[in-house]
Amino acid sequence: MTLRLGIPSKGRLMDKTVDWFGARGVTLRRSESEREYAGTVEGIEGVEMVLLSASEMPRELSAGRIHLGVTGSDMVRERLANWDQQVREIAPMGFGGADLVIAVPQAWVDVDTLDDLDAVAAQFRAAHGHRLRIATKYHRLVREFLREHGVADYALIDSQGATEGTVKNETAEAVADITSTGETLRANFLKVLTDGLIHSSQATLFKSRAAEWGDAEREAMRELEARVER
Amino acid sequence: MIGSETKRAARERAARLVSLFESGGAQAVEASMLQPAETLLDLYGEDIRARTFVTSDPIRGEMMLRPDFTVPVVQMHMAGGADPARYTYAGEVFRRQEVDPDRAVEYLQVGLELFGSDDPAQADAEVFAAIAEALAPLKLRASTGDIGILVAAVQGLDTSEARKAALLRHVWRPRRFRQLLERFGGRQSPPAQRVALLNDPSPLADAGPLVGLRSEDEIEARIARLRDDAATPPLAETQIALIDAILALKETAPNVLVALRDISADLPAIGPAVDRLSARLEALAARGIEVEDLAFEGSFGRTSMEYYDGFVFGFSFEGRPDLPPVATGGRYDALTRVLGGGHGIPAVGGVIRPEVLLAGEEAPA
Repeated sequence: MTLRLGIPSKGRLMDKTVDWFGARGVTLRRSESEREYAGTVEGIEGVEMVLLSASEMPRELSAGRIHLGVTGSDMVRERLANWDQQVREIAPMGFGGADLVIAVPQAWVDVDTLDDLDAVAAQFRAAHGHRLRIATKYHRLVREFLREHGVADYALIDSQGATEGTVKNETAEAVADITSTGETLRANFLKVLTDGLIHSSQATLFKSRAAEWGDAEREAMRELEARVER
Repeated sequence: MIGSETKRAARERAARLVSLFESGGAQAVEASMLQPAETLLDLYGEDIRARTFVTSDPIRGEMMLRPDFTVPVVQMHMAGGADPARYTYAGEVFRRQEVDPDRAVEYLQVGLELFGSDDPAQADAEVFAAIAEALAPLKLRASTGDIGILVAAVQGLDTSEARKAALLRHVWRPRRFRQLLERFGGRQSPPAQRVALLNDPSPLADAGPLVGLRSEDEIEARIARLRDDAATPPLAETQIALIDAILALKETAPNVLVALRDISADLPAIGPAVDRLSARLEALAARGIEVEDLAFEGSFGRTSMEYYDGFVFGFSFEGRPDLPPVATGGRYDALTRVLGGGHGIPAVGGVIRPEVLLAGEEAPA
């Protein structure tokens, strides 16, 4: 049996992952055909590469269909209930860094904190007859965060892309989105609440607690862990 | 998955409980399993999404598998029931679980709801006694509380109406409630940004382009409110201490009554709510409930989903912390006001969980 290692199947996240493993003596090589989602692993015995979309990685780890997987720490927290009982963080990888934050229009000079957001939500609901809408694709993380901080009278609106534009388009009053530099937020006249950081995410190597671990997988894991720690 | 034996036994027990409530004068009613999501979201807020199963079809839009019967039964009554009315029902409710895999996602509820009685003490006592009687042979621990006393205490604080409204909005969110109390008490100094804003004669001058639905007028109105609030003197330590004293109450009901009479000397606004507690205890005693030993907690029912705003109660198996409460209930006048668009009716009710009842009976502590 081999240890199945889930690698993001496209984009910068894939390239950075390949570089990260390369720097640790593990060469991930994608098959000749760009269209084929397969590849080889060199420099370590008993490891098989599985190319997956980063957003599917949490599910595959949870089901134990892969032993290890690389994805954003935000993805795992959003998609897995009790994530720390299902997977273990082996190594933060130092790239793909982005913060999940709550942002409101810059012109809301009276709103700096969650406390303000809550007060404004009550007044907005009274004035407009509906709850203050927050556009996001991270429903669970945002809802848990706002519940924990006692924010009421808001509604989450699903937004799978161009989330920063929802406020200008008047389909939402605020957003909860991933940002690395804050530039897109500023370009859309939005600002981050001072206590609005929900999660600081980065690409992370996760280990599945549900996968079957035989002697061969354990041996490969020991070897891999030794490389990762170096 | 629940075995079919267990399910059948629970259904039979549910049917017997419904008959019992019917013999007490309640009318048996039904409710749809699928409820319009909008009503529930509007009432309970986004949190309900975490606790309910949401589904949809292209015609009706988003629907929720009923998380309880309260809303449909209130709506049914408001659409044409005569006051006073007693209803009973039995059926599955569905609760999505995001954290605890051991909690049930579907279970039976048998309920008793009493609407429109003009004697709240009697109505509270009737529902509590009916549920106590239905569970009678079992050794259960009853807990009670009264959100109405906390609400009255907040209304009686010596501070601005805006601050009272903010506190009342968060009665069911203990952490935010506490933060507000501390802020109003002047225990936290305002952040520098806030001070600068309030001292700025034209704070919107350099604000940049305004995007979104919230208007400049709304922002200016809020700044005016913030200025008013900054000019409001801090809430006195002694007043915060009175709220803390009410929240910390944990004693037998008669002892709590004595303590509350003491507190009401300093906070006379709670007087009528304390009188209601006193009348309720008398009504309970008249129905054969041993109020001398009845437990009362000042914070009981504050974190439930049901928006209870008066009497609250629960029954649990002693020595079985693994089981959820076998019965819970309370008064929810305010919820009927929201559902009725401002027109409310006095409402009190409770539910029993037959599966929990059977589990507790099977393996007594």
